[in-house]
Amino acid sequence: MGTFHQNKHELHGITVVVDTDGPEIYVGRCDDIDDGRVILVDVDVHRDGDGGRSKDDYVRRAAQLGVWKKHDHLVLDRGRVTSVRRLGDV
Amino acid sequence: MPYSPLLVKPMREELTAVGFQELMTAADVDRWINEGGSGTSFLVINSVCGCAAGMARPGVRLALDNDKKPARLATVFAGQDVDATAQARAKIPDVPPSSPSMALFKDGELVYFVPRHRIEGRGPEDVAADLKGAFDEYCG
Repeated sequence: MGTFHQNKHELHGITVVVDTDGPEIYVGRCDDIDDGRVILVDVDVHRDGDGGRSKDDYVRRAAQLGVWKKHDHLVLDRGRVTSVRRLGDV
Repeated sequence: MPYSPLLVKPMREELTAVGFQELMTAADVDRWINEGGSGTSFLVINSVCGCAAGMARPGVRLALDNDKKPARLATVFAGQDVDATAQARAKIPDVPPSSPSMALFKDGELVYFVPRHRIEGRGPEDVAADLKGAFDEYCG
C-alpha cells in the first residue's frame, strides 16, 4: 500500500530493492515505474562482491536499519531490471 | 522547505496528546538524552510523509496501550525542526537517516530501531505489534 498519487506506480513512496542483470543492486524509494524505466529517489547502490559482500549480504544488512543514500535520484533502464521488491518484505 | 505549521500541527498533536515531549532544538535533544540516565526512552522521528507517517503515529499510540512501555517519550519532527532532527540523528550515528523512524534507548544505549521501510505499507496494528514486542523485551 503506497501513497495513492494519481498516475504513479503502486510502489510510489515505498523503499524497494531493485536487482539487475548485472552486478549492481539498488535500494531506494520508488518514485515511479513505467514501461521503460524504474525511477528511484534517495538511492544506495551496491556492486556484487564489493566489501566482500554479495548482493544478498547487502540486502540483509539494508533490511535491518536502511541505507545511506549515494544518489538523490536515479533512472534505471527497466530492461536491465530483474526484480523489484519491498525492502520491508526482506 | 518546511510545510506550513498549520499543516503539521495535528501531526505533532497525535504524539503530544499521548505524552510525547516535543524536542524543537538541538539543545532540547541534548538535554533529553542527558537526562535519560538509566531506564528506557523512546524517540519518534515524526514526518509529514503520508505513506509511512500516517501509519507510524497511530501505531505508536496503539503500542503505548501496553503493560510495559518506555519511561520517557519524545519526538522530533523531520523537515520542520531541522536542527533538533539532525542532533537526534547524531546520537545514533551508525543508523542511516530515515523518517518516520523510531528509536528505543535503554540506559542510554540504542536497543531497538524501526526504520521507515519497516513502516511503509503496513497498518498501525502491525507497527504497534512490533513496538509492543520491543517494549515487552526492554521496558520494565
